[in-house]
Amino acid sequence: MTPLLSAAGIRKTYGAHIGCTDVSFDLFPGEVMGIVGESGSGKTTLLNCLAGHLAPDVGEVIFDTRADGPRDTVRMSEPERRMLARTDWAFVHQHAPDGLRMNVSAGGNVGERLMAVGARNYSDIRQQASDWLGRVEIAEDRIDDRPTTFSGGMQQRLQIARNLVTAPRLVFMDEPTGGLDVSVQARLLDLLRGLVRDMGLSAVIVTHDLAVVRLLADRLMVMKDGHVTETGLTDQVLDDPQAPYTQLLVSSVLQV
Amino acid sequence: MTDYNFAYLDEQTKRMIRRAILKGLAIPGYQVPFASREMPMPYGWGTGGVQVSAAALTPDDTLKVIDQGADDTTNAVSIRAFFQRTADIATTTRTADATVIQTRHRIPEEPLRDDQILVYQVPIPEPLRFLEPRETETRKMHSLEEYGLMHVKLYEDIARHGHIATAYAYPVRIEGRYVMDPSPIPKFDNPKMEMAAIQLFGAGREQRIYALPPYTKVVSLDFEDHPFDASKAPHRCGLCGSEHSYLDEVITDDAGGRMFVCSDTDYCEARRAAGYVGRDAA
Repeated sequence: MTPLLSAAGIRKTYGAHIGCTDVSFDLFPGEVMGIVGESGSGKTTLLNCLAGHLAPDVGEVIFDTRADGPRDTVRMSEPERRMLARTDWAFVHQHAPDGLRMNVSAGGNVGERLMAVGARNYSDIRQQASDWLGRVEIAEDRIDDRPTTFSGGMQQRLQIARNLVTAPRLVFMDEPTGGLDVSVQARLLDLLRGLVRDMGLSAVIVTHDLAVVRLLADRLMVMKDGHVTETGLTDQVLDDPQAPYTQLLVSSVLQV
Repeated sequence: MTDYNFAYLDEQTKRMIRRAILKGLAIPGYQVPFASREMPMPYGWGTGGVQVSAAALTPDDTLKVIDQGADDTTNAVSIRAFFQRTADIATTTRTADATVIQTRHRIPEEPLRDDQILVYQVPIPEPLRFLEPRETETRKMHSLEEYGLMHVKLYEDIARHGHIATAYAYPVRIEGRYVMDPSPIPKFDNPKMEMAAIQLFGAGREQRIYALPPYTKVVSLDFEDHPFDASKAPHRCGLCGSEHSYLDEVITDDAGGRMFVCSDTDYCEARRAAGYVGRDAA
């Protein structure tokens, strides 16, 4: 089986400071991988390198494209990479306003990716937008409201709908539940889990919240100071951590 | 003649502007940056159009200046006087007699010929500006032909108003490539842009020039189920009776009295001189 995404020897430095280094992994179709670690451990740098927002200094990111099979996204031309970013990839930001157009209605936000790939029929676009709002549990009569009038949880769900409307195969998520209160987090996680399973999505989820990866991720990668300290199946890593840092991380979670 | 160099600008500046114009004509719809000069008028009054006109004028040219269709408003009168003084050229208010026409917000009703140049004053040349504020990003979107966002604006119009409510500065696609802001002309004028004359666009404050060669294909953006409609007020001109010209609504008293008149004053006057009479002509 060809991996959907395959990273090999990724290294990104900021001057003398290491962002992340020597990261390699394969992500297979339908698999969800979690990346955990403390703040400043290089999780987000790695995610940005994978999603093409940053160019890694060393290494390859091979994505199995629909048309041409495995391609190195670091070395492909920018138009190709941007095309991937609005068709086969999705990126969910931690802070929903970063990923939304706040002065455009919810329907317009969801429809943007459709129009970007050439949809030119208003009724179809609107139908799909309202369909997707329903799937992320936003009432359909809010379709013409701006995201500024939405709560934090609704904005995050709208961002997810906007990203998934073109049926991407790979979703990058940067702390998707950060900044939301726990009950809203739980609903969002439940929704995400449903969508990932129904659509057969592959995903890379960066988070510092171990509960998120416990629920969503099949596999786990633990990062510390830009290095990968431990990898494995999620339950295996969380229940039987081997590396000292992972043991510290797991034992730091308060048990209620 | 006066102490000014011909048409106010020095020759080096005019050469620089002409190079930008030629580049613009070679890449229709592409916004060419140029080193816009300070002009003796405030930004927003047509500094871009004046610089393009100055670079395009020759001593044999006849200039017409239009402001919102009219030849006799402040902006039109002062720009016409400016070139009369600094270039000592002939001016006219008749569309057919002019070789260079500088305009703000309108295209003349009378079809232009291939020996004429139409110069537009442009306040904001970037059609994507209000959707994407970053200039670095809009340039990238133009170069990669990522124009989905333009339709988001039209989508918002329909979602809010039930139809595409953008009535002026209606975005157009040039030869299937660049999306361009046609300057704030009414969308009624958009179909006229496929014309015989050369069209030059100058934005002074934003320092951009763009251009359309004769008969360039200009398509107004729309949706399949909400096609572009070059609408106008459903009336006849009160003075000349024309039903095919773009109309201004004029309030005549404080009791609800109003009349519709041609916004193109030269067109209206020519028709009245030819004997056409509208309902409100006293």
